[in-house]
Amino acid sequence: MNTFDLIVVGAGIVGAACADLAAAEGLRVAIVEPGPIGGGATAASMGHLVVMDDDPAELALSRWSQQIWEAYAQLPEAEFSRCGTLWVARDEREYAGIAAKIARLAQAGVVAEAVDANALYELEPELAPGLAGGMLVAAEAVVYPPRVAEFLVKRATTRNTQLHLGRRVHALSGDGVVLDGGTRLSGPVLVATGCALPELLPMLPLRARKGHLVITDRYPAFVRHQLLELGYADSAHGNAPTSVAFNVQPRPTGQVLIGSSREFDSSSEVSMTIVRRMLERAFAFLPRLCDLQALRIWTGLRPTTPDGRPYLGAVPGLRDVWVAAGHEGLGITTALASAHLVIDQLLGRRSAIDPAPYLPSRVRA
Amino acid sequence: MAEHYDVLVVGAGPAGLAAADAAASHGARVGVLDAQATLGGQVWRRDVRVEAPRMARHAFHAVESRTNIAHFTQTQIVAATGKELLVEQAAQARTLRYDKLVLACGARELLLPFPGWTLPGVFGAGGAQALIKQGWPIAGKRVVVAGSGPLLLAVAATLRKHGASVAAIYEQASAKQLAAFAGALWRWPQKAAQAIALRSALAGVPYHAGTFVRAAHGDTQLRAVEVQIGKNRRRIDCDHLAVGYGLVPNVELAQLLGCALDHDGRHPRVEVDEDQRTSLANVYAAGEVCGIGGRDSARIEGAIAGHAAVGATQAAQALRSAQRHARRFSALLETRFTLDARIRELATDDTIICRCEDVTWSALNDFSDARAAKLQTRCGMGACQGHVCGTALAELGRFPRGGPRPPIFPARLATLAEADFASTPN
Amino acid sequence: MNTTAKPVCLHVDGVAVEAPVGASVAAAIVQVTLRFGRRPGGGARAPLCGMGVCFECRVRIDGIDHQRACMTIVREGMRVETAMEPAHG
Repeated sequence: MNTFDLIVVGAGIVGAACADLAAAEGLRVAIVEPGPIGGGATAASMGHLVVMDDDPAELALSRWSQQIWEAYAQLPEAEFSRCGTLWVARDEREYAGIAAKIARLAQAGVVAEAVDANALYELEPELAPGLAGGMLVAAEAVVYPPRVAEFLVKRATTRNTQLHLGRRVHALSGDGVVLDGGTRLSGPVLVATGCALPELLPMLPLRARKGHLVITDRYPAFVRHQLLELGYADSAHGNAPTSVAFNVQPRPTGQVLIGSSREFDSSSEVSMTIVRRMLERAFAFLPRLCDLQALRIWTGLRPTTPDGRPYLGAVPGLRDVWVAAGHEGLGITTALASAHLVIDQLLGRRSAIDPAPYLPSRVRA
Repeated sequence: MAEHYDVLVVGAGPAGLAAADAAASHGARVGVLDAQATLGGQVWRRDVRVEAPRMARHAFHAVESRTNIAHFTQTQIVAATGKELLVEQAAQARTLRYDKLVLACGARELLLPFPGWTLPGVFGAGGAQALIKQGWPIAGKRVVVAGSGPLLLAVAATLRKHGASVAAIYEQASAKQLAAFAGALWRWPQKAAQAIALRSALAGVPYHAGTFVRAAHGDTQLRAVEVQIGKNRRRIDCDHLAVGYGLVPNVELAQLLGCALDHDGRHPRVEVDEDQRTSLANVYAAGEVCGIGGRDSARIEGAIAGHAAVGATQAAQALRSAQRHARRFSALLETRFTLDARIRELATDDTIICRCEDVTWSALNDFSDARAAKLQTRCGMGACQGHVCGTALAELGRFPRGGPRPPIFPARLATLAEADFASTPN
Repeated sequence: MNTTAKPVCLHVDGVAVEAPVGASVAAAIVQVTLRFGRRPGGGARAPLCGMGVCFECRVRIDGIDHQRACMTIVREGMRVETAMEPAHG
């Protein structure tokens, strides 16, 4: 039987979450994924579950999604580690801006507290001297997304979901999809292919935004929290051709994961020039980082839309084609709520938040 | 601040030293690099307790005495482009610019998993050799030598020389294979002489063909090994096991640069023409990295590469027939010491495959894709970045080895931050 | 190579040991212990490859973690610590 209630194209964290939710709702689902599951941006990501407060829509989506993630806190595959997020203020001006952030987060139900300089160094002794303080969001966590994606896909397959692993969708057929190899699957289609979105849905503008990451050998307790500079959002939301921002994470293994960089480039080559800039930025905040042993450098491609918000909903101009893609650097955090928003729309239900900011139809405007 | 060399030679073993000497003999400004603390690579690794063989001393002297050769030991390559190498020496980063590159990166040991292989006291065969030469106290220890190839004899001789007692040598090749190998040695008189000398140095050490180690046993460290001899299994008490199944070319730097590799065998090697030139016009390769062939072909190929790199085509050409003859020996090695299939089946469900991350054989069962296995189990994500497990899995036919990314070996973050590259590779 | 040179004196896990000039830290460590490190599953590890490829011999030397003992030459007064406990916090 090749007829389905939903054909999910792409099994990264977003596609996997959509398939899992659809299956839980009793839909007969097919998943098409060339493989590995969670092998794209999902595998390259930092796995940081973080509420971003700079844009109201992003705030709403990330907060709702973070709440859904709490259900996975005890799942072994998630490797959920509640290290907390510590935003670092370089100077008094940045520190003064924290109050407004705390208020916005509080409105969304996120508890954040200001941390003065003394407290900052208590929390993170390795930070460079002369910083003004920071903002601690103690309940935030990091996860390991590829295993979560695998878990979600597996769970879906226990509920009447057919997995086509090692296959790629060649084209949309008008009433479903045609796979490489010629197999036809019919039913509504949900495209969750991340950076490959333009192949199937060229009418939805999307670019790859490359990021670099470096991981070290094991240095448990070198840092305790996910550390970001307050200027991180400027890098993420800005349009500079290349930018770097301090973003460092303690992995549960004890390894230190170092980011972040952004450039509009769709090749996955490592650029040692960018790595240099990124590391110099990191050393400015964590001087002793320079002595740690780096094991590996890799890149990831963030699927990026013109306004930085994902496409979540019906694709304009096509019948029964839906999309969940374009999450830039917030895909892990917002994957679970993204699935709810899209499946809600598919089933004609109201969502917990307003879906309007993410509707693909906005590209016409 | 980048330093410039006409020719940079990567690796200071027999091939690299020959290449450096040859290139420098024509006046070129040459740099030779090695990650080890002294020149010599593995074959000519300096023994802290025994004088180096004459051939090695000759080669060291040639390089050390030429003023136009700079040698960099304790120097690891971190990243590379078509024009520059980013290296780490002690704790310092350096950028070295070059016109021509000679890759004489050598080989590493093929380490295959079997129950108990992670016990302290289990060494590779080449590993044991390396450790003893660097001063490991082995006198009075009882050692079992096992695996495949002429290296086992060399290891056993080194063990004996340093006062260890070699319980036995268990060679997996059959008596028939060994006889065929010995029978062909007359073509390489030096090697035949070597073999004879080794056999006499090992008089009294039991040598068993067609045998292999199935398992290592012990509590906090190795106490005994279990050997398959014919249809029987025998348990041998020992302090150490030196086990090696041959060598694997270190092609990672070549791969990173974009050199074409030959993937015909289980393990890739660098493709070169008669002048030892790779598919990249300014990159040459010589020795084990072009396929396991032993010291003699390494020396000759290194010389050819060194001459060719500076345009001394006649000098390079003059060595070609010697090179071909030496390389026929490698073909002989390959055919006579093919691995018994059972050696690839020794791992049980609980056997650790990825030693860095403690990933067992059974944990890999669900995956037909190397990358999926890595993402889901962490196999290959540890400090060695798949050098051991990835190579083993390729030999076992389980997964092919993926391509390398910088850093080729771990490096200080400070070194990565020194990257002064104008461009990135291919 | 000077075999009459005075041996090098260093400390491994607080124990004073002597090693010949030019010897590796690995060769010195084994005089005290065969347990160089531990893996996630708790198993002890010691050198395997002797040539810097397997990373089983990583130890802390003079306060710096994750140095390969087989690739490092002994120096007078070196402080070596095996089975590294966290250096920070």
